[in-house]
Amino acid sequence: MSTDTTSAIGPVEGGAHYDVDNPAPYIEAPRKRTGRTPKATRGNFEMAAWLFMRLSGIVLVVLVLGHLLIQLFLDGGVSKIGFAFVAGRWASPFWQVWDLLMLWLAMLHGANGLRTVINDYAERANTRLWLKGLLYTATVFTILLGTLVIFTFDPNIR
Amino acid sequence: MPAGTLYRGREGMWSWVAHRVTGVLIFFFLFVHVLDTALVRVSPEAYDDVVATYKTPIVALLEYGLVAAILFHALNGLRVIAVDFWSKGPRYQKQMLWTVMGIWVVLMAGSVYPVLGHAARELFGS
Repeated sequence: MSTDTTSAIGPVEGGAHYDVDNPAPYIEAPRKRTGRTPKATRGNFEMAAWLFMRLSGIVLVVLVLGHLLIQLFLDGGVSKIGFAFVAGRWASPFWQVWDLLMLWLAMLHGANGLRTVINDYAERANTRLWLKGLLYTATVFTILLGTLVIFTFDPNIR
Repeated sequence: MPAGTLYRGREGMWSWVAHRVTGVLIFFFLFVHVLDTALVRVSPEAYDDVVATYKTPIVALLEYGLVAAILFHALNGLRVIAVDFWSKGPRYQKQMLWTVMGIWVVLMAGSVYPVLGHAARELFGS
């Protein structure tokens, strides 16, 4: 006991920092990066996702509220919507880009939100795996379908 | 508060719950909405047929609910950003939530006629 004084707090990087002249035990600061900390843990994905939610959120406020205003509020609201109305709007590259950006940002924003919800509530690893597999499949499918529709829209289809 | 829970109640928790619920609902709508819009690649008739159901009074009520969910999620999302990035955000989070709810009530009142007007005319005659 008197010789191996580090045993109570485990081995500390840099060896024993205390002795007869310096009797206070040296305790590593919590979560301090040391030589034994893995270099790459999970990377910065979660931080990037957190930041993406905020940045895409700001853009989506403008894109989605503008979209709602045009589709549900102005010029008779939902009553005016039809193939001809869609054709009229997608004749302009401005609205094509608007809708494309809104599709991508909203799908990625929503998918990441649902990923968080699944991580929070699905307690079994297998359940999480399957739910997220379903989520990612549906997300990729929807983004690709929507993108294809915007780029290949043909006003003279009939 | 029951033991062993992280839920703290009050404005912070309930706005977080409402943000989740509205977010999930909006995401499910978005999925359906991309599918229905994809019908423009099938034929004008197929698209117009489906959109016709969107003009019925019952779906108009759902659209009003969609507007309610999106407006709350948008306004509360801006509040979350303010809490995260504004140095005084956490201190004023409650005041900001009540500001969000105030703006939301005003916008929802203003949305009644534009979103539900056509349904009212159909149900009660113009």
